[in-house]
Amino acid sequence: MSRLLEVNQLRVQIETQHGTVLAVRGVSFHLDEQETLAIVGESGSGKSISVKSIMGLLPKNGKIVEGSILLEGKDLVKYSERQMQSVRGSDISMIFQDPMTSLNPTMTIGKQIVEVLKEHRKDMSKAQMKERALELISLVGISNPEARFDQYPHQLSGGMRQRVVIAVALACDPRILIADEPTTALDVTIQAQILDLMRDLQKKIKTSIIIITHNLGVVANIADRVAVMYGGQLVETADVRDLFYETAHPYTKGLLASIPKASEKGSELTAIPGTPPDLMEPPKGCPFAARCTKTMEVCRQYPPEDMLCGENHHVRCWLLDERAKALRE
Amino acid sequence: MDELFVRVHVDESEKEHIAHPNLTAFQEGWLRLKKNKAAVASLFTLIAIGLLALLAPVFSAYSYKETNYDIIYQIPSAAHLFGTDQFGRDLWVRTWMGTRISLLIAFVAAFLDLTVGVVYGAVSALIGGKVDAVMQRFIEILVGIPHLIIVILLMMIMPAGIWTIVVALSITGWVNMARLVRAEILKLKNQEFVLAARVLGTSTSRIIWKHLIPNTVGVIVINAMFTIPSAIFTEAFLSFIGIGMQEPKASLGVLINNGYQVLRNFPHVLIFPAIVIVLIMVCFSILGDGLRDALDPRMRK
Amino acid sequence: MIKYICKRLIYLVLTLWVIVTATFFLMKKLPGSPFDAERFNMMSAQQQHVILEQYGLNESLPKQYIKYMGNILHGDFGTSFTYTGQKVSTVIGGRIGPSALIGIQAVLIGLALGLVLGIIAAWKHNSGIDYFTMIVAVLGVSVPNFVAAALLQYYVALKWGILPVGFWTDWKCSVLPSVALSFSATAMVARFIRTEMLEVLEQDYIITAKAKGLSPMKVLMRHAVRNSIIPVVTILGPIVVNLLTGSLAVENIYTIPGIGSLFVDSIKANDYSTIMGITIFYSAFYIFVVLIVDIAYSLIDPRIRLAAGKEA
Repeated sequence: MSRLLEVNQLRVQIETQHGTVLAVRGVSFHLDEQETLAIVGESGSGKSISVKSIMGLLPKNGKIVEGSILLEGKDLVKYSERQMQSVRGSDISMIFQDPMTSLNPTMTIGKQIVEVLKEHRKDMSKAQMKERALELISLVGISNPEARFDQYPHQLSGGMRQRVVIAVALACDPRILIADEPTTALDVTIQAQILDLMRDLQKKIKTSIIIITHNLGVVANIADRVAVMYGGQLVETADVRDLFYETAHPYTKGLLASIPKASEKGSELTAIPGTPPDLMEPPKGCPFAARCTKTMEVCRQYPPEDMLCGENHHVRCWLLDERAKALRE
Repeated sequence: MDELFVRVHVDESEKEHIAHPNLTAFQEGWLRLKKNKAAVASLFTLIAIGLLALLAPVFSAYSYKETNYDIIYQIPSAAHLFGTDQFGRDLWVRTWMGTRISLLIAFVAAFLDLTVGVVYGAVSALIGGKVDAVMQRFIEILVGIPHLIIVILLMMIMPAGIWTIVVALSITGWVNMARLVRAEILKLKNQEFVLAARVLGTSTSRIIWKHLIPNTVGVIVINAMFTIPSAIFTEAFLSFIGIGMQEPKASLGVLINNGYQVLRNFPHVLIFPAIVIVLIMVCFSILGDGLRDALDPRMRK
Repeated sequence: MIKYICKRLIYLVLTLWVIVTATFFLMKKLPGSPFDAERFNMMSAQQQHVILEQYGLNESLPKQYIKYMGNILHGDFGTSFTYTGQKVSTVIGGRIGPSALIGIQAVLIGLALGLVLGIIAAWKHNSGIDYFTMIVAVLGVSVPNFVAAALLQYYVALKWGILPVGFWTDWKCSVLPSVALSFSATAMVARFIRTEMLEVLEQDYIITAKAKGLSPMKVLMRHAVRNSIIPVVTILGPIVVNLLTGSLAVENIYTIPGIGSLFVDSIKANDYSTIMGITIFYSAFYIFVVLIVDIAYSLIDPRIRLAAGKEA
């Protein structure tokens, strides 16, 4: 049984005026039917680039240099641009961070939803498409769809716009929905609403979701499994409970520790000192070696291998090697 | 490899890494400008033209008004690098003399524009309130009148001569600069670093001199870069239709007018001053664009 | 919205008033007389008096001013000094045709060519055609229109004989002048839309469009161009100014019986009333264009149109 989506050893390069950045360095993960995978990491960890590669939406100066992306067994990396166009919007959809700028300001929202239907559902008549668009508008929780259909994006609030964006993405019942920081630009109260919406829709439409975020609260809310990225590599992948309660990688531990807790009033905030590595000249060993509190000599020299430390729980850390048993606290 | 499983101490400095050293806005701008080959080439071309304009007439054997009816309409030769015109005058000297005058007029006019414009815009923005409102109304009315019309009318009532042209050009050109300076200062005034300076107790004049002006210089220089070719064009235009500089004085417009009259049979009389004026305008344009790109903070990554 | 239009109309009237007054006083200061000095001096004092009377030059300045203003409000701009006996308004009216034709053609060429060049340049940013367009734009703005017009005339008309050298016998005579006049318009439009498009192409909704699976051409036309083209309306003002001033030289070179050449001739002949008439005409025309452009822009851009709607 092949999985819905399989990313294997993905390597992506970006050419900049200062040099070549190795943004994604050997990343592998998978996605099954009807599950939600969260990809967590700081800016520059490579998470956005990884998912954009899945869609074939890398910027002009970006290139996949190695690896495969299998959608139900078919390698998307080998697809032509034409083939990718038929995949985008119908098999895999993507929504972005800022709802204020994600919609075309000079097109009515109805038209923008119908546009994606026109592209992939040529079997539908014009009337049917409008019907479906109205259905979608109310599906995403916007009242009075008839009126909204003819309105322009700037006439809607931020939360409503993000709902429209979701409607556009789900119009053709995609197998996978990729959401790149969908709630970051929204108010906290709206964030919760949008996440609830996404969970609901997932059940209704039976789609799988990949959500990118740097907010662990969002992860706890909506994810089934989590993948943590750092310095262009995956450092830990686990089911969501295991990630929070059986945390293995020092970086993940650092992330969890830096969440301020209401019960710890008065004490200093813990941050992870330092900055992420320069990906133009990536470190030869573990990417987190320079900032880890438990660094060993081997960490500097060799990138850690993929180790299993629980069911479905993968980590890349030398500390879990038996030879380091003595140093584990 | 087993022996590698030992703790190491990580140096503080390794944790942070800074992409590239800090430079001031100007230094960065200058570096970026240097990369723009077209802009650099334009700069050099302009310097070359400037030097020729200054020195060529000085070192030539001929004067710009010396006529010699034996050698009229000669095509370029060793003796006369650009040939001669219908009065037997050496075109090399006349072209560079003309360039000198055109450039002089343009620079002085641009300078006047700059001064009036900057002061007007700055005062308007800094004082603000009612004074600003009134000053802006005045500009709005002025803007409704096509620039060239005013210039032509002024040219008609004042005696012909270099200074007339300069004044006429300056009278309407300052408006654009005033608007830009005012917009820039208003924008800066409201930015947080001014508030920060205020909070730290900096005096108003210090704020003006140390913070507002350095940031406005960019806008001023760029606008000046575009005012100069505009002035050159207007002067040439006026002279071409006969109300600018008059014969036997040379300016690029006069020369082109001259050349146009005998274009049918002797194209060389028109070609050389035409090339010079086009080069000047093109170079200022490219340089201006290059400067604008170089000093634009958004481009800094 | 209505408030805005009223405000603008008031400014329009105010500006025109300033122009008329300024022009009036400037004309009075003109050295030299509109009349041929020799013949005038040869006339008897009585005859001179009659002529001055006819043109209303006898009265005191303030009186002349008021009379002039009054006349203008009736559409009477006085009598021309060079075309003796004819009303200025008639003279101007007769010359509008050629200028209008050439002007409109120049704008159309400028828009069509400029849009195509600018859009392609932005779409293929930093490629050969981008540089080519930039060069064309720079040249269009830097080569003075009289130089371009003169060269066009020399090569296309004189040397190759493809099109007429000048005058106004049939439509073909308008081709070269329109082309010469269109250079600056093409350059301005191309440059402007290229800048707009480059900004638009960076926007998130372009990636959203691509994520829908639209082909590059559809993304370009439906999303990129649609958003870039609206602001082009805002440079119509400067384009018109360029055309007005450009027409002075171009009509001169191609001997077109239009308003531009009338203006230049009037200046050379010190024909006060015609000069004033044309000045007022040009200014009014320009201000109207700017006003219409502003109103049009607020109607076309849905963001402004609907935001204004909410307030009203």
